[in-house]
Amino acid sequence: MTTQTRLDSEAAAPEPEKRPRPARRRRRITPAKVLIWTGLILATLVFIYPFIWLLSASFKPRGEVFDNKIIPETFTFENYLNVWDEAPMALWLWNTVLVTVLAAVTVTVSSAMVAWGFSYFRFRGRNFLFGIVLATMMLPGAVTMIPQFLIWNSLGMVDTLTPLWAQNLFGSAFYIFLLRQFFLGLPRELFEAAKIDGANNWKIFTRIAMPLCKPALIITLIFEFQAAWTDLMRPLIYLRDSDNFTVPRGLKALLDQYGFGGEWHWEIVVTASVITTIPMIILFFLGQRHFVQGIATTGTKG
Amino acid sequence: MARTQVHAPGSLGDDRAARARRIGRRRETRAALLFISPWIIGFLIFTAWPIIYSGYLSLTDYDVINSPNFVGLENYEELFRDPKIATALWNTFIFTVIQVPLYVIVSLALALLLDKAGRASGFFRTAFFLPKMTPPVAVGILLLLLFNGQDGLINGVLGWFGIDGPAWTTDPDWVKPGLILMSLWSVGSSVIILLAALRNVPQELYDSARVDGANWWQQTRKITVPMISGALFFIFIVNTIAGFQTFTEAYTAFFGSGNTTYSNDAALFYVIYLFRQAFEFLEMGYASAMAWLLFVIIMIFTAIQIRVSRRFVYYEGEQR
Repeated sequence: MTTQTRLDSEAAAPEPEKRPRPARRRRRITPAKVLIWTGLILATLVFIYPFIWLLSASFKPRGEVFDNKIIPETFTFENYLNVWDEAPMALWLWNTVLVTVLAAVTVTVSSAMVAWGFSYFRFRGRNFLFGIVLATMMLPGAVTMIPQFLIWNSLGMVDTLTPLWAQNLFGSAFYIFLLRQFFLGLPRELFEAAKIDGANNWKIFTRIAMPLCKPALIITLIFEFQAAWTDLMRPLIYLRDSDNFTVPRGLKALLDQYGFGGEWHWEIVVTASVITTIPMIILFFLGQRHFVQGIATTGTKG
Repeated sequence: MARTQVHAPGSLGDDRAARARRIGRRRETRAALLFISPWIIGFLIFTAWPIIYSGYLSLTDYDVINSPNFVGLENYEELFRDPKIATALWNTFIFTVIQVPLYVIVSLALALLLDKAGRASGFFRTAFFLPKMTPPVAVGILLLLLFNGQDGLINGVLGWFGIDGPAWTTDPDWVKPGLILMSLWSVGSSVIILLAALRNVPQELYDSARVDGANWWQQTRKITVPMISGALFFIFIVNTIAGFQTFTEAYTAFFGSGNTTYSNDAALFYVIYLFRQAFEFLEMGYASAMAWLLFVIIMIFTAIQIRVSRRFVYYEGEQR
């Protein structure tokens, strides 16, 4: 039906343009195309240049950091050697990896469980409870931030890494919502069949539902990986001793000390920024497809 | 249950079936609750209790060390007297009101461009999205570096055109514009959402518009924007809520130990002030009252937006 209408209108159109493109029209340059490509390339420059600037500055000696040259006049690798001495970078990276992995794995497993509970079973009060899940997404973090701190404080866990990830044991509303959407898309007959074969609820969940929703689980994993890696507010609230810092918290400390703290050592700040950012760039290239799919899903189904 | 009543009550087979069904349902409920239990526990401890406790704290004077001292509505009265609250609210409001529309327009423009990029769209999409992967702390640092009044890249580029750029990071009038421009660097995820929405617009609409002689601008205004209004609204509302809670970039660039040289009242956003009250000055009661004020403000704005959106937003399959 749709192709029919499309072809009909194409044929009637005074200027049949694009889709389906005749081969000989392909290379023609129109003013519109020039405009589009100029826009795309300019935008790309704006988005990518700060990375290039930062990377290049990290290879410049102290005095040349601000010279805005793409290729360092004096190329030096020294900043990358010094930054480990100036700050416990390795320790910060290790702390961050620990928090990030724990946060991502726990939130994925717990959110999947809860999402499954909300999508597979039918019980009284289900819609009401799920409504509360959605409502918690609207609650500003500021409201719960202080009492949560007091809870961790009374448990004696302030200045440990635990508060940075342990709440993920209980699932997170956004991921519960996301995963539920995926679970609802699975055909129910599949589970009925497994049930007849004698599989219990846990088996149906772990052996059938989870493997089928692998893309959604990966999306959750990498989203949380990014969220935990880049977070600054929680580390600011919970971490005191610099040995416990995550890299973003450490980076903030370096900025305070070497940026505007009197000691003018921006090359250290720049280099530490690069080190903090690179794992996220790698994460993106590893999971690009999932990132794009996950974001598109939240936008269209939300 | 209703069904057993329709059938002859008391017949043995029916009774058993009803019982089996009841047990089955109870079993299903129990299984479901088991699966949901992590969320229920977490909700009670880390959301429900904090909401109640925060409400109580907002009526007290509490510095963590001594036990809370009940002061009634004093904190709320103080909110109206504290000039910094007015400053913070104004900063946050101005930032959000200017940043959000710009953010939506820029991401729409980029999505429209990407839609026309053909096979190269993957490359450009990556380029547009990478900034979103940058930790906000690093974005705050980049802001200080790129927007530096003397040797920053931005003013360097402006200099090519003979423009004498302002002191973005120190002049109170230019701090917020700088932050807004920097925030536009991270439009990547919105671009992806809008691109997905654009690809869902039926091609026939454009074809018939072209038959009627509609130009590009008319097609965009009359077809594209209405057809993706759902996604646009989603971005609008999510960013408004996020805008009211702006924290990391501004805090990184303009606050923190040792940083007193900057005129940082211009970057004093509401959540930054709240954070400082709670965790730097240990005014937990006052900060809780601040949190509730923020909650009410966000609720009001969201409600207004949802009301207004009913007039403009079109969801596919919806009857009007």
